[in-house]
Amino acid sequence: MKLQRNGRSKALAIGAVALVSTLSLAACGTDDNSSGGTGGASASASKAAIACAKGGQLLAAGSTAQANAIDVWKAAYSAACNGTTITYGGGGSGAGVQQFNQGKVAFAGSDSALKPAEVDASKQVCTGGQGINVPMVGGLISIVFNVDGVDKLVLDAPTLAKIFDSQITKWNDPAIAALNPGVTLPAADIQAIHRSDDSGTTDNLTKYLSKAGNGAWKYPSAKTWAGQGGQSANGSAGVAAQVKQVKNSISYVELSFAQTNKLNSASIATGASKPVEATAANAATTLATAKPAGTGADLALTIDYTTKEEGAYPLTLVTYEIVCDKGNKADGLELLKSFLAYTASDAGQQAIGATGYVPLPKDLAAKVQSTVAALA
Amino acid sequence: MTSSPPATSEGRVRRRRGDSRLGDAVFFNLSRGSGILLLAVMAAIAGFLAYRSGIALSKNQGNFLTTFEWTPDAAHPKFGIAVLAFGTLVSALIAMIIAVPVAVGIALFISHYAPRRIAQPFAYLVDLLAAVPSIVYGLWGVLFLVPHMDGLTRWMDQYLGWTYIFDQSKSGVPPRTLFTVGVLLAIMVLPIITAVTREVFRQVPRMHEEAALALGATRWEMVRTAVLPFGRPGIISASMLGLGRALGETIAVATVLSTNSVLSLHLLDPGGGTFAQNIALKFNEAQPFGRDALMASGLVLFVITLVVNGVARLIIARRKEYSGANA
Repeated sequence: MKLQRNGRSKALAIGAVALVSTLSLAACGTDDNSSGGTGGASASASKAAIACAKGGQLLAAGSTAQANAIDVWKAAYSAACNGTTITYGGGGSGAGVQQFNQGKVAFAGSDSALKPAEVDASKQVCTGGQGINVPMVGGLISIVFNVDGVDKLVLDAPTLAKIFDSQITKWNDPAIAALNPGVTLPAADIQAIHRSDDSGTTDNLTKYLSKAGNGAWKYPSAKTWAGQGGQSANGSAGVAAQVKQVKNSISYVELSFAQTNKLNSASIATGASKPVEATAANAATTLATAKPAGTGADLALTIDYTTKEEGAYPLTLVTYEIVCDKGNKADGLELLKSFLAYTASDAGQQAIGATGYVPLPKDLAAKVQSTVAALA
Repeated sequence: MTSSPPATSEGRVRRRRGDSRLGDAVFFNLSRGSGILLLAVMAAIAGFLAYRSGIALSKNQGNFLTTFEWTPDAAHPKFGIAVLAFGTLVSALIAMIIAVPVAVGIALFISHYAPRRIAQPFAYLVDLLAAVPSIVYGLWGVLFLVPHMDGLTRWMDQYLGWTYIFDQSKSGVPPRTLFTVGVLLAIMVLPIITAVTREVFRQVPRMHEEAALALGATRWEMVRTAVLPFGRPGIISASMLGLGRALGETIAVATVLSTNSVLSLHLLDPGGGTFAQNIALKFNEAQPFGRDALMASGLVLFVITLVVNGVARLIIARRKEYSGANA
């Protein structure tokens, strides 16, 4: 009897373990760091610009960085066109590209252009064609700070790299003071905050720091934070909340988070005649000077992080929609082209400009429109 | 004499053995099926994790056990669980050190000290703590607890700094530390431990208590000599249940902790990480290989939880012999 009771309790223990582990595993999947809905704001404004498809279903997935933009477009498009359903699963760029190459989605949103291996893999899905990068959503990264008595701050790439790598640790460091003549900087410790989750924002910031930092950033660019010291927080919203809460802090978030949290953004000294402010217009100037990196229909861009052009904000990024140039699935092609034609249109770009994204410059938008029109 | 009495007694026997009724057979198979299903699910989880980890481990250029960084998607994939294992165990240990005595205190209060009218609603209140979602704990932690831990952290640094582990190397930093996480986890596991120990304390044989009192014990002596020895296995199992939650807690830790890949014994400095937190934060943007690496860390957490529970079972099995619980 005693033995049996013992056995039973053992089974119970195993059960409890299994339950705990399943629960904790289940919890892993449900946590996404998309940045809150802002969709539906401008649904009515752009009806005129939409040439509706007959109807049907469009599946897409990918980058959470452009999820808010897609939400805005989705709302406007669905409001104008009856019988169409557009679904965008924001599981991250990597997952989006993977699903695209398995033929599960019609297009994928991605923070970075396809790698050669991924292009090869896409030929399986795009019969007679291959996956191409279509730049669609522009953005910029603000350097946000919270320092008492300072609301305008100028920094440059090497100084930023040293701040985020804990080589500059005081706000009144000579390197910062030299860029900010006439500003009284406190003798306080800098609280540098970075993302604790892997993110495209970190990737873009470190790309900028390693290209423009004159060797001050010693690490390769990556989605995982590599710098020394500092503190971390989860997601753009978490980082913004920390900057608001912690005195003498500095961090990096996308423009919309800086705007909605009313955080001060630093200007960047690029070598132009005066420091460039973090505004959508200044970021668009940088996008206009970006060099094409793709060939043929592929519109991948290389952003010039070291640009010295007047009013060109260097910490700019562009995210892509990945589609097949030829060999898209026939039954969804009309809707795919119709939706992307709207997103690339002037009305579509202006709609996301209101939510903290950077509308594509006219020339680039025209190229995107003709590429979309040629999809087959 | 006649043939009927043996037949009825045979029928009675058969019925007692329980294999003549349909309901019994159904119930027997249902419960056996549930048992088998549970084992199958366990095996499936372990097998899945082991398979995916195998892929990751074969290409790891760091040492899985001693490497500090977690960069499986870099050009030279390197990842190790040293920091994560340390952070998981230390934060759970801090939570246990704080939560177990408090939970036992609350349970004793409810079962032996409080007047019945207060005990009932009070018990409900504690149970209610278990119903709060962990993201709410996380937000409360980062917005309220962290700023309010500042004073305690500085006090500990000043007076307990000589212990090394409570020495703060940099002041003025918000205490988003393993220690704060431990305190938050303590609050989160409190209701689980309290609920189970309370029920165990209620089971203490009335005769034991009355015997102790009759021998002239005060109430505290009665608790010490009759209630606690009887309840000890219960306290241990309750703690293990709580420990399981503390080890696996994900989103509250991810929200509160400022992570980095440095293994530091300074518990009051921000940094470190835990298994579940790391999986939650890296999974979204991970490449397929990075996901396999995260699975490998999940497998380690799985094994740690199994081992901890196994050890707890051993302790209980041994304690049973000495306590009066079996009398």
